[in-house]
Amino acid sequence: MSAAGSDGGGAGGTAGITPSQTVGPYFAIGLTWEDGAEVVPEGSEGAFWIRGRVFDGNGDPIPDAVIETWQADPDGRFDHPDDPRGAVDWGSFRGLGRSGTDDEGRYAIYTVKPGPLPAPDGATEAPHIDVSVMCRGLLARLPTRIYFPEEEAANASDPVLSSLPASADASTLMAVEDGEGGYRFDIRLQGEGETVFFSV
Amino acid sequence: MTDLQRSESGLVLPRYGRENAEIDPPLDFAGYRSTALRHPKNPLVMLPQMLTEVTAPVLGESRLGPLDHDLTRQHEEEPIGQRIQVTGRVLDSDGRPVPNTLVEVWQANACGRYRHAVDDWPAPLDPNFTGVGRCFTDSEGRYRFVTIRPGAYPWKNHHNAWRPAHIHFSLFGRAFTQRLVTQMYFPDDPLFSEDPIFNSVPDPQVRERMVSHFDWDTTEDHWQLGYTWDIVLRGPEATVFEEPHA
Repeated sequence: MSAAGSDGGGAGGTAGITPSQTVGPYFAIGLTWEDGAEVVPEGSEGAFWIRGRVFDGNGDPIPDAVIETWQADPDGRFDHPDDPRGAVDWGSFRGLGRSGTDDEGRYAIYTVKPGPLPAPDGATEAPHIDVSVMCRGLLARLPTRIYFPEEEAANASDPVLSSLPASADASTLMAVEDGEGGYRFDIRLQGEGETVFFSV
Repeated sequence: MTDLQRSESGLVLPRYGRENAEIDPPLDFAGYRSTALRHPKNPLVMLPQMLTEVTAPVLGESRLGPLDHDLTRQHEEEPIGQRIQVTGRVLDSDGRPVPNTLVEVWQANACGRYRHAVDDWPAPLDPNFTGVGRCFTDSEGRYRFVTIRPGAYPWKNHHNAWRPAHIHFSLFGRAFTQRLVTQMYFPDDPLFSEDPIFNSVPDPQVRERMVSHFDWDTTEDHWQLGYTWDIVLRGPEATVFEEPHA
């Protein structure tokens, strides 16, 4: 018998929860997949690249980070039992992207634009991609979000963007069109231009 | 019941326990030097749990090769080292199993060396050991790996710094909120007391949740030692099966 779950926790549903540890410097042997970047298969209609760099508090590129993305399909649906709206039409859509950074801190994800999403309170979320940043020196993953600059109206009424505290720089959550049909999204872990990170 | 998020349009989502400073390590932890330039200075912003946060990839078994769970059989010969089997369950904090979820592991070889270009300390590589495994949990949330016990290894955090032997684990669970990357340790490791990564978890009792247990039941005569380790992900605060009240 294992002792997990037997050491209390109690109220709040935290009984036995396993704590996070850093992904460390050697995740690349385990977490990188040959098709990791491909949220959708190569050649999918409407697919584009999101490319960016990850920087530390000195502005130096982080060469040993891993970026994971999770998103709805272009209809704003998830192939998941907790999306109560039923079947999805995007059979080859994985929703998950994963990319290690290179020596220049660069990552790249090949995807399609997610649709807007209904929120439980009746609001509509603007198209967005959830991101987890992990690296040596990060003891837990850091969640952030990618939004799309051309979605001005949807972004203006997005419940997350419109409720950010004044100290949070929403522009750090906005991808930038790269002129090649894709987007650029840089991530700054600390200091000037620090990306807005979330607690989930 | 007020545990379910619901709307007049009928969208009902589970709500998960949130990040909790009593469980997870702080992002700024002086003892672990690499955190200094890699932790955000601004406070994290509370993200409401909506559709993207309560869902996660449903990955197919096609991601797996037949020997991905057995790190001792991925090469022509067996790797050098103490053969062990690591088994356990993936549960949520209500004790419910998390079935059919991908578990990924990676580790150093028996000498404490990773098959990675950046790891160049003077310990031998083993041509018969890659140190990478994958499996899916079964319908009861059970997982199983066969591997060799990894060695401890030095790192540059401080003078004479050694990481206790560990296996890295990565789990998706069934929601973005449940994503977990952690490390499994071995019981009674004398290196625990000086390891800032292990000790970054503030509560000593919570720290112990990362330590596996030696297990006679899965130890096999003349073959392998058994270790068990259960992994507990944050649970939904209410199940999706409950009917909303009118």
